[in-house]
Amino acid sequence: MFGRALKAAWPLTIPVLTGYLVLGAAYGVLMDSIGYGLGWTFLASLTTYAGSMQFVAVSLLAAGFNPVNTAVMTLMVNARHIFYGLSMLGRFEGMGRAKAYLIFGLTDETFSVLSAHEAPEGIDKRSFVLAVTLLDHFYWVSGGVIGSLLGGALEISTQGLEFVLTALFTVIFLDQWRIVANRLPALMGIFASLMALWVFGPSNFIIPTLLIILGSVAAGRKLLDRKAGELL
Amino acid sequence: MTFWQTLIFFVIMSMVTAFTRFLPFLLFPDGKKTPEFVKYLGRVLPYPIIGMLVVYCLKDVSLSSWPHGFPEAGAIIVIAVIHSWKRNALLSIGVGTLFYMVLLQMFA
Repeated sequence: MFGRALKAAWPLTIPVLTGYLVLGAAYGVLMDSIGYGLGWTFLASLTTYAGSMQFVAVSLLAAGFNPVNTAVMTLMVNARHIFYGLSMLGRFEGMGRAKAYLIFGLTDETFSVLSAHEAPEGIDKRSFVLAVTLLDHFYWVSGGVIGSLLGGALEISTQGLEFVLTALFTVIFLDQWRIVANRLPALMGIFASLMALWVFGPSNFIIPTLLIILGSVAAGRKLLDRKAGELL
Repeated sequence: MTFWQTLIFFVIMSMVTAFTRFLPFLLFPDGKKTPEFVKYLGRVLPYPIIGMLVVYCLKDVSLSSWPHGFPEAGAIIVIAVIHSWKRNALLSIGVGTLFYMVLLQMFA
């Protein structure tokens, strides 16, 4: 039964497969370049399973041990997951024992596959959601392992490789920009961040930015909620 | 960092990440109605947050000193052009990153 769900789910996860292998491998290489080998990469990719945060963590690791800063940074970078979870409340209802794992594995990419596809005809709904989540998790960990093993063997310079993260967010931003009817929320996010960056400087601007965004969202509902979620 | 410090680092990162994913399900368990304002937040917030993450990635770029943000600007333009042309996320990310690495290693 679950085999059929895997078979139905995997073609839909091919974009995630390619993306996760490349980004996961980039993470493994980057970790290797600052002296963290296969074991650490495997651990982080298996248990944290949050691409952007893992990349940010590379710079945190290099900066030295600071638990409070680590927790605050993780909260800030991953705060957006809260809002992806809000959209999956209904979908995950009644998922039984698998539910905790599904929530743990709700990455941006898994979220996007699940929002784009319902279980195909004749496939159990629960098995389908679990299959997508499991496959994506497997791709991410595999990518990390491959990168970590390759990293030691690579002769080329990896300077600038961390730009994959910038590229990933830029692409997500462009995709959102292309399809939504109301571009004001996206513009507001950029504007708020630049303003806070200018006033508070690069090391302290994330919390002020989130506060400005929340304030604008609360105050400007008329403008921001107009055609919200509607696609062009 | 020592072995134990590194382990604690990864445990904190994993726990806080899981917290951000579990929070909505803890606040609004099965059967409980989600408030309208929370639904509105769920609809609108992903957009400004991604914008913030783009700016976050570029926060340490200095416009006043060499190479004046030129590799970052160049790579983002390349990504925008390729992405509006092919709309293949992997291709845009791959080419954009390679382009950035070449610029950085040649000029910086």
